[in-house]
Amino acid sequence: MQVQTHVDIHSEWGIVAARQAGRKLAREIGFGSVDQARITTAISELARNIYLYANRGQIKIEEVTASGKRGIKIIAVDEGPGIKDLRRVMEDGFTTSGGLGAGLPGVKRLMDDFNLHSELNEGTTITATKWLR
Amino acid sequence: MRIPILKLHDYLLISVQVELDDQTALQFQEDVLEKIHEEGSRGVVIDLTSVEMIDSFIAKVLGDVVDMSNLMGAKVVLTGIQPAVAITLIDMGIVLDEVPTALDLEQGLERLQLELEG
Repeated sequence: MQVQTHVDIHSEWGIVAARQAGRKLAREIGFGSVDQARITTAISELARNIYLYANRGQIKIEEVTASGKRGIKIIAVDEGPGIKDLRRVMEDGFTTSGGLGAGLPGVKRLMDDFNLHSELNEGTTITATKWLR
Repeated sequence: MRIPILKLHDYLLISVQVELDDQTALQFQEDVLEKIHEEGSRGVVIDLTSVEMIDSFIAKVLGDVVDMSNLMGAKVVLTGIQPAVAITLIDMGIVLDEVPTALDLEQGLERLQLELEG
């Protein structure tokens, strides 16, 4: 059974907890300091999005293996309002919260695989994986 | 949680040594501006040597501190940004241009001195 961590996001503290859990697992899997920073930052962005837009949700972090490669997979799940404009949300600089608009496009660039699924009024699930090189 | 702000002559010195949650970051922003006002500081060095992660929110807070301090008439230099943090910020597409930086606290103070005298 591979390592899996769940962090509930319902306050700003959840963002910090998810970040710390992610860094710990990334280090255990063997990621170097730069990838650890990338993974931790991606988790932070995903957790903050949950807190900002859905109020609550979950970050799941797990070790994955595929064709002999090891990696870390982050799954961000919420039952919030969903994302209205999927294309714009992936544009650099697009924000509805007064932030930098670097969040989701940033996560996509920091990680190797990125998948976004969102249904209006039902919620959003984002999966992002980073592979150990 | 509060980040301690030290006064040295006309300068403020800050070394961020805690994991920055959103609230701490915003409180820090306010504290720096209050302290500049209180002490009449001309320059601020914010050392980030111990900071292992800067996400888009924290980057915005830091960039805003620089702009807000400039408005008040104080110069801010960020120092000690780790390689992993620099790489991550650029990967994310976050460019802190127009933000003065230096390798470490010592060079940060030198840079402030140059900017304020020049």
